[in-house]
Amino acid sequence: MEKLGKGIFIFAMVFLFGVLSFTVAFAQEIKIGIAGPMAFAQGQHQWFGAEFGADEINAKGGILVGNKRLPIKLVKVDTNEILNVPDAASAIERAITRDKVDFLMGGFRTEAVFAMQDVAMDYKKIFLGCGAAHPELCGRVAKDYNKYKYWFRVTPINSLFLLKVDLLLVGTAANAIRKELGITTPKVAIVAEKAVWADPIVGLGKTNLPKMGMEVVGEWRPSSTATDVTAELSAINAAGAQIIFTTFSGPVGIPYAKQWGELKIPAASVGINVEAQKKGFWEATGGMGNYEMTQNTLARVEITPATIPFYDKFTAKIGEFPTYNAATNDAIQILAAAIERAGTLDSDKVVTELEKTSFLGAAGRIVFTKEHDVTWGPGYVTAMGTQWQDGKLMGVWPVDWEGITYKGSVKYKIPPWVVEKWKK
Amino acid sequence: MVENILINGLIHGGVYALLAVGFSLIFGVARIVNIAHTAFYMIAAYLIYTFATRLHLHPLLAISLSIIIVPLIGILVYQLTIKPIQEHEVTVLIVTIALAMVFQEVMLLLFGGHFRGNPSLVTGYLEIFGVRVSYQHLLTLVAVFFVLLATWGILLKTRLGIAIRATAQDREVANLMGMNVSRVAMITMGISVTMAAIAGVLVAPLSVVEPYMWLHPLVMMLAIVVLGGLGSIKGSLAGAFILGFAETLVVFLIPLGAFLKGAFSLTIMLVVLLIRPEGLFGVVFEEER
Repeated sequence: MEKLGKGIFIFAMVFLFGVLSFTVAFAQEIKIGIAGPMAFAQGQHQWFGAEFGADEINAKGGILVGNKRLPIKLVKVDTNEILNVPDAASAIERAITRDKVDFLMGGFRTEAVFAMQDVAMDYKKIFLGCGAAHPELCGRVAKDYNKYKYWFRVTPINSLFLLKVDLLLVGTAANAIRKELGITTPKVAIVAEKAVWADPIVGLGKTNLPKMGMEVVGEWRPSSTATDVTAELSAINAAGAQIIFTTFSGPVGIPYAKQWGELKIPAASVGINVEAQKKGFWEATGGMGNYEMTQNTLARVEITPATIPFYDKFTAKIGEFPTYNAATNDAIQILAAAIERAGTLDSDKVVTELEKTSFLGAAGRIVFTKEHDVTWGPGYVTAMGTQWQDGKLMGVWPVDWEGITYKGSVKYKIPPWVVEKWKK
Repeated sequence: MVENILINGLIHGGVYALLAVGFSLIFGVARIVNIAHTAFYMIAAYLIYTFATRLHLHPLLAISLSIIIVPLIGILVYQLTIKPIQEHEVTVLIVTIALAMVFQEVMLLLFGGHFRGNPSLVTGYLEIFGVRVSYQHLLTLVAVFFVLLATWGILLKTRLGIAIRATAQDREVANLMGMNVSRVAMITMGISVTMAAIAGVLVAPLSVVEPYMWLHPLVMMLAIVVLGGLGSIKGSLAGAFILGFAETLVVFLIPLGAFLKGAFSLTIMLVVLLIRPEGLFGVVFEEER
């Protein structure tokens, strides 16, 4: 009886060992670390976007590597970079060494992404950027290709092009004011949060707006976390501006838009207001943000055939508009296609295939430059201008720009109280 | 421009006054440096957001519920965490810092790091001497005035007020005279937190509701009470309006340095303290007590 018991025990152990070995040997997967500030919208959108992409590929059985399909397993890497930049590099180190991720994507704050990029490059891990806009992130690829070639930026367009689009948007508002209100030289007030990234935009605005036939009447620099800008708005009103050129990425964008609409400051508000890209903006401003125009990456217009299906799917499931960070969806598809073409997970070979990418994503056709940056321009990713019109975020630019009008775009509207004040 | 500065300065000063007077009150009575004071202001803002925007309750009901719930939380926190260590002022200071951080993290867990907003109770604006002032700002200013008046009335005209002032003057003597100083401190905590809650519900429609919204008002409030003289209600009022006007002056006179308005206010505080280390009303307050 005792011998029988021992036999059963040995059999059970052998069986268990066999099952475990089988699992290890055959249940391979591709681990992709999604790095972002997960308590904040940016990180959450990166995660949701990646989930959409991974679910779609896993539904087909996974990524075809050689002759075997490997499912994607996403790993949440909370970088906490909004609150504490140094946490980001540690999070990446942990994801690579403990979670054993094969690839990385995400990142948000430039200063954190620089540190994350260095860690990823040291381990030769491919890192697809989906958040930071600083040109130098890709400039490093040009300067030291062998070290930084594993970095690619999928979104957003780099900040030099953000500036170009910004000026194009101000130009759109200025042209509407010239045409509809008969003001030949619109007066512009520059309002930008006090942050390093906003400085070149302000500088470029001051240099270029006069060349574009506008007069700059003043510059205001509130803190990015200011909770009341009525004093600034009163001063802008007193300066007689017809356009307010905004540059906000922080929460100041909400009280600004709310007070601008509530006080009916007679100047069209155009530029970058990251908070105005979100679905919650309408509710947060109590509808006072009507007519606020902001640069954006996505809207419910047909940039490519992929845009509206993704936009609708994301909005229906998550209850928010996808921000540019949700391009992790495209990043997963781009990576999967490159792996399939390479037939291996070897980083160097996948890099070679990523460099050949031409992918129709939700925000446009993604082609990487020599520096591994996303290409900006007609036929590629253009970014866009969106305006809140009666509770809906509408695409208003490009409309007939370089021959491009995305289907579903509408005409930019000057706020009615601006028309009422200035119409000659 | 003068009228712009006057009106905007009054509005900013009014909101700061509400926070600073509540903070001074509990410090004066119980020597509690309640760093979590503005965290209660944050909780009130989140409550009104939850009731009015998420649960779609009537705004007045949402305000009433917030103003009732927050002081209850405040009294509970006082009984459980502050009262047992009340005699150790530095420990209280550290415990209230920890409490504020706990509240912040709880809000981050519950609501995420999103920036929320509340609709105004009344929309539109009024032009006063050519300056556009929103009705919500005016409502805030009027509410601040009445809350401060009510606080003043309670302190000067009621038996409770006499007890609070007596306790502030000398806890031991008040105790020997038969007053339950512990109970007075608890009630004062309730009044102080109620003022923070009122500030929260008034500011919620004007500002952004987020887990870190308590930090900037905390810095300003501390600057105000130090400037006015620690524990002096009169000093807090004066300090609030001085710094409110200082911030507005910076925006109007140095538009490029609008982000420096907080730093400018703190510099004023430093300069005043160098000349008068006890603050503006420090001595007067001692005499009052």
